[in-house]
Amino acid sequence: MTEARSRALDPPPAGGREHSPAAAPRHGARAAAAGAPQPRVAATSEAMAELARSMVPPPPPAWRRALSRISRLWLLVAFVVAWQLISTYGQRINPQLDVMMPPPTAVVSAAVDLTERGVLMTHVVDSLKRVLLAVGAATLLGVPLGLAMGWSRRFRAAVDPLLEFIRPIPPLAWIPLSILWFGIGDLQIVYIIFLAAFFPVVLNSMAGARDVDTYLVRAGLSLGARPRELFVTVVLPAALPHIFTGMRIGLGIGWMALVAGELVAAPSGLGYMINNARTLFRSDYILLGMVLIGVLGLVLDYLMRQAARIVMPWHRGQ
Amino acid sequence: MTQVDVANVSKVHISMKGEPLLALLDVNFQVEKNEFFSIVGPSGCGKTTLLNLLAGFEQPTRGQLKVGGEVISAPGWERAVVFQEYALFPWYTVVQNVRYGLQRKRVPDAEQKRLVDHYIGLVGLRGFEARYPRELSGGMRQRVSIARALAVNPSILLMDEPFASLDIQTREYMQDELLKIWQSEPKTVIFITHSIDEAIKLSDRIAIMAPRPGRVEEIKRVDFERPRDPTDPAVVHLAAEVKLWLRQQVFGASKPAGEAGRSEKASAY
Repeated sequence: MTEARSRALDPPPAGGREHSPAAAPRHGARAAAAGAPQPRVAATSEAMAELARSMVPPPPPAWRRALSRISRLWLLVAFVVAWQLISTYGQRINPQLDVMMPPPTAVVSAAVDLTERGVLMTHVVDSLKRVLLAVGAATLLGVPLGLAMGWSRRFRAAVDPLLEFIRPIPPLAWIPLSILWFGIGDLQIVYIIFLAAFFPVVLNSMAGARDVDTYLVRAGLSLGARPRELFVTVVLPAALPHIFTGMRIGLGIGWMALVAGELVAAPSGLGYMINNARTLFRSDYILLGMVLIGVLGLVLDYLMRQAARIVMPWHRGQ
Repeated sequence: MTQVDVANVSKVHISMKGEPLLALLDVNFQVEKNEFFSIVGPSGCGKTTLLNLLAGFEQPTRGQLKVGGEVISAPGWERAVVFQEYALFPWYTVVQNVRYGLQRKRVPDAEQKRLVDHYIGLVGLRGFEARYPRELSGGMRQRVSIARALAVNPSILLMDEPFASLDIQTREYMQDELLKIWQSEPKTVIFITHSIDEAIKLSDRIAIMAPRPGRVEEIKRVDFERPRDPTDPAVVHLAAEVKLWLRQQVFGASKPAGEAGRSEKASAY
């Protein structure tokens, strides 16, 4: 399969091309490239595309590209190997290292162990659910608020002082009060994550709506756009990259707040798992929780970037 | 028939320091229907301010601007604008950009399609319909912008130094194209430029502006047959005359530029 694809990407052997009758215009184009007098009428765009293709070196085969992609991760691999070596051989010098710093293999076996007992998935799913729910709510409320603040100076003047007063309060400072309000459970943790994710979403959406090129607004107005149309066709698309940035930051900060929230008070989740493992001296479970949080954060950010690519095709590669 | 009437228009801008600045002082002129009317002048003479007033983006401090007898109070498609930096919507393809104004006008779908196709053909962009603006060259972007403005069938086309950021070959080509389009679909054009040669090549009449305060000093009629040959002695003569006159306005009569600048400074304090 991959071989077939790489063959399709490779240009056909040069010999075969010279003899095929279809090669005639290409031949002319190549002669021009070699410095021969250019034909008055430019060759067809088809021939030009072929010429361009012949000038670029053929893409490397698929296995080579896969290899080069993997080889870029050498530092990560080196880190894991070093960790493994230090943890296993370090125990000969300091036996406590077994508990203080279990090796990657211990983390993997902890993952297998907890998966077999059926608890790992529950923790992961509970944490993910809370984060997505909270960031979703922060987006639903924060994006319209931010856009409105960016769009209307008067609205911003009214809302800004209130927002700037609440914003510096760390989400963690809300935990005691939120436990009083919501009790210990999903709702309370979702609230903490929501607070953490809300402000980056609002502020970035606001920046996006303020950043709209004056000329684009004027172009819209002079082409007859009414205020609501102007908002949907100009302000919103112009602000989208900022909105996505806000959501990505919100997701990152929300993920941090999740663990903090679950460490303090939660019936389940990765933060709870870490805290519970601490009381049992199971440092392999602690490390497993940390690794999972890192990996899940990475995956969520990757998905966000892919979503942005799909939603903003004009923005690709910028 | 007079279509645009600019009467005693003055405009005060507030500078960043909060001082009022006289951007335009007592500007007066009329533009006929289907006339190609250029406004030339050095930078800082208020050309763009004047265009913003005509487009309805800003309101005059004193005086009135009327189109067809009605005071200009807001932007609208009957005065479509072509901007120097194109101002295409980056999130829309060529087709979507050209269709934008038609959608706002609630033109029926089939008619939208026909008009978009017509104007994309008119500006020579067939085959690029699905491209995004950033995939196009500067000249092509400006053609999209012109097609977008023409598609709404404005009674006046306002052009703000539309070819200033193009290279010279593309600029001359675009000027010829614009003339062709204007001759095939007559329209009032108000064309802002800092290039006297460009104004003479294109216009029926030229308003010449001078700076500090921005004002229209003279309106010249260009009677030569189109297409105009820039090497025709009469054209060369007119261009030289206007250039000399403008230089005197900006830098003072027959004095070296440096000295004139100094004396002006001295008088300002």
